[in-house]
Amino acid sequence: MTATVDTANDRAQPADVGARLDTTGLLRSEWTKIRSLRSSVTALVLLVVVTIGFTALFVGLTVSQWDQLDPTQELTYQLDPTRLILGAGFQLSQLAVCVLGVLVIANEYSSGTIRSSLLAVPRRTPMLIAKAVVFAVVVFVVSEVAAFGAFFVGAPILHSKVPVGIGDPGVLGAILGAGLYGAVLGVFSIAVGAIVRHTAGGIAGIIAFVLVLAPLTQLIPGSVGEYVFAYLPTSAGQLMVNARQGPDDLLTPWQGFGVMCLWTTALMLLANFMLRRRDA
Amino acid sequence: MSATNGPAPVIEVRDLCKTYDDKLVIDHLSFAVQPGVVTGFLGPNGAGKSTTMRLIVGLDRPTSGEAVIGGVPYVDLVRPLTVVGALLDAGATHPGRSAYDHLLYLSQTQGIPRTRVDEVLELVGLREVARERAGSFSLGMGQRLGLAGALLGDPRVLILDEPVNGLDPDGIMWIRKLVIYLAGEGRTILISSHLMSEMAATASDLIVIGRGRLIAACTTDEFIERSSKRSVLVVSPDATALTELITGAGGQVDVDADGALIVHLIDAAHIGALASHAGLELHELTPQLASLEDAFMEQTHASTEFGGNSADGARDPVAAASPGEQP
Repeated sequence: MTATVDTANDRAQPADVGARLDTTGLLRSEWTKIRSLRSSVTALVLLVVVTIGFTALFVGLTVSQWDQLDPTQELTYQLDPTRLILGAGFQLSQLAVCVLGVLVIANEYSSGTIRSSLLAVPRRTPMLIAKAVVFAVVVFVVSEVAAFGAFFVGAPILHSKVPVGIGDPGVLGAILGAGLYGAVLGVFSIAVGAIVRHTAGGIAGIIAFVLVLAPLTQLIPGSVGEYVFAYLPTSAGQLMVNARQGPDDLLTPWQGFGVMCLWTTALMLLANFMLRRRDA
Repeated sequence: MSATNGPAPVIEVRDLCKTYDDKLVIDHLSFAVQPGVVTGFLGPNGAGKSTTMRLIVGLDRPTSGEAVIGGVPYVDLVRPLTVVGALLDAGATHPGRSAYDHLLYLSQTQGIPRTRVDEVLELVGLREVARERAGSFSLGMGQRLGLAGALLGDPRVLILDEPVNGLDPDGIMWIRKLVIYLAGEGRTILISSHLMSEMAATASDLIVIGRGRLIAACTTDEFIERSSKRSVLVVSPDATALTELITGAGGQVDVDADGALIVHLIDAAHIGALASHAGLELHELTPQLASLEDAFMEQTHASTEFGGNSADGARDPVAAASPGEQP
């Protein structure tokens, strides 16, 4: 039976130093890692289901309580009904993306798989990039499914109060924005996971940031607080999910997206630096 | 067959140092591992065997010095798994991922065909459980999966850290045969174990380290011969008289269960001469080699006692040599 060991593999020479790593192979490898864990597949499916479910629930409740809305709120909904529809499920799905993003890399550390992975890609950076790219694409696709689903479930429910269609100005952009925001948030979370290298710590950290720290900056008095909040990665990126520029928004959606991308790039650079520097 | 195109790469460790938290764990270590033989890597627990292996494959960065494979640092290998197969710890798999998917993702990074995954699963005897979660595997099965990962790229260099840990006697025998076979194909094989009998049966060359320093790099036979613990087995009907003579000549005598004498400190020729002068009858006079374990204990003990001036000089060498590998 040992005879099967010596199948031909003559490219296995140190001589191919300098040859290029197979990019497609790396991407496929990271895709295999994601799809082969039942937990991550389940989480992605749940993300879609829960997003659509909560959209139906939240929009339905809002419609049923429509008469008790205060006038300013009603006006916001009238102006940008897409924000109401996408906003409900979105808050949940972004948390799921954060958790999954941290897990995708921190899991490798907690299970020890990272050592197998780095033996295969000892330069390390290509693995981190491949992981980020694959996860971003996966999250984009899943977020789009969730966002389209949420819109087509939410819009008919809201129709009796505020009619809104997929062709209305900004609506398609907001739906695409949800996917883009999710994708970049996913990469942001991978960077956090790569820096923290600890599942519980990474998840706690990023959720504390998104749910607690970011909203807290709004309490900083005066315009300082507004600016700090506006330029935080999550609040800046979330502008992408709005069909219309809100009157209080300091940044346009694309500016906000750019701000978020800058944060993410900075964090990825730090993650890469630490990944290359630390012992695995 | 991969073993045909020239000799396999040599593993070279050159003046390697590694400190963790200001503690020198690897201390100017240099050695070379040659192709064509199984090289055993020995040392008391905490001597730095696993660390050295991690440094060779680039998981840890050396503080100074370098380790190269065929003259090239591991991190510069483009498809490293096709050059070097490493089994560093059996836990390097995600418990929720199947054995097949674990090997599949590794193969994809190297452009290794998918069929090779089935091949190595068959080879290590995990074909039946290939689709089951690695988390459900026993220690021995995990070890086999780790070995499958190491063999995946049909590498010409193998670095195996305690590969027989958790394996049953059949598995141990299987690994022993496998590595000897692979070495016979001209591959370079470095294998660590704390089981001395296992090493004596498998490795023909040895690298022995203690406290991160080189103690010996030689053949297993030379290492054992170097031991002063050699003894002579003497069987004689006049055991009592002979014992007095030997003790008088500076020898040290133990009596084994069968009444035979185990003589230390003087050699067989000397004992024969003593017996002959006294007219005593001898039935057997056999020089005994020390076991690898004896040789190892003696020589690593010496290194900790006389070579020690580093921070942890107080460490008990006997306790440090007890079995059970630390991570």
